[in-house]
Amino acid sequence: MSERQLHLTVGSRFENVELVQSAIDEAMAERGADQDSRHWVGLAVREAVANAIKHGNRLDPSKRVDVEVRIDGGFVEIRVSDEGEGFDPAEVRDPLAPENLFRTNGRGIFYMRRFMDEVSYAAAASGGTSVLMRKRIAAEPASSQEQ
Amino acid sequence: MKIEKRAVGGINILELEGKITIGKGDVALREAVQQLLAEGADKILIHLEKVTTIDSSGVGELVSAFTTVTNRGGKLKLVNLPPKVNDILQITQLITVFEVYDTEEEALASF
Repeated sequence: MSERQLHLTVGSRFENVELVQSAIDEAMAERGADQDSRHWVGLAVREAVANAIKHGNRLDPSKRVDVEVRIDGGFVEIRVSDEGEGFDPAEVRDPLAPENLFRTNGRGIFYMRRFMDEVSYAAAASGGTSVLMRKRIAAEPASSQEQ
Repeated sequence: MKIEKRAVGGINILELEGKITIGKGDVALREAVQQLLAEGADKILIHLEKVTTIDSSGVGELVSAFTTVTNRGGKLKLVNLPPKVNDILQITQLITVFEVYDTEEEALASF
C-alpha cells in the first residue's frame, strides 16, 4: 500500500464524527485496505472523535478537533486532538467490572483499545488531549478489488 | 437510522436499520423505546439484522432501554444480531446481559 496522509480539522458537532470516519474510510479503501480493517478502524475513529467532541471540547462549537492520518506500509496511524482541559485515561472505569456492566457510558476507550493494535494518550499541543491509534491493516483480496 | 414498528401478539417489535451511533441513531432508539413505554408496552423485541454500525453510544442506549424496561417489570430482548454487532456486545460481555435469539420465531415464543 502506498503512503497517504490526511489532515482534517472539524468543529465540535456530532455530525462531524460521520464526516471524519467517511474521509478515513475512503482513504483506506483507496489504499486497498480490506473491509474488516476499515470497519474496526472506522469504529475506533468514531469513538475517538466523539470523545474529543463530548468529553474534551465539551460540545463547545468554537473548539476544534484535529485529525491526522497516515496510511503507510500496511499500517494506519491516526492522531485525534482536542482543545479541552486534558484527561487522565487511568481514571476511566473498567466497563467489564460487574458494577459497571449496566452503565450507559464508559465503553468508548475500551472499544478503541480492542479495535486498534496500539492506543496511547498524551497532552495535545493545543493544551487538550491527543490520542494516537495504530493498526496493521490487511489488503483486500485481489478478486474483491477487481469487482 | 430507520426504525419500523410493528406488533405481533402483544409483543412490540422495533426493526432498526442503519447506524446506531452518537447524535442520531442513539437518540432515535431512545425516543422509540420511550414512546412504546408511554403507550404501555411491556414486551419489546429489537430486531438488529439491518444494523450496519453500532458505537458505544448505541450500545449505551441498548443497555439503557434494557434496564428501563426491566425496572418497569417488562421484558426487552434482541434478535438477529449481525456478526459485527454480536462482536461488539461480546467484547463488553453484554451478550450475557441481553436475551438474544437467532430467529424472530424463537424470540416471540420466549416472551
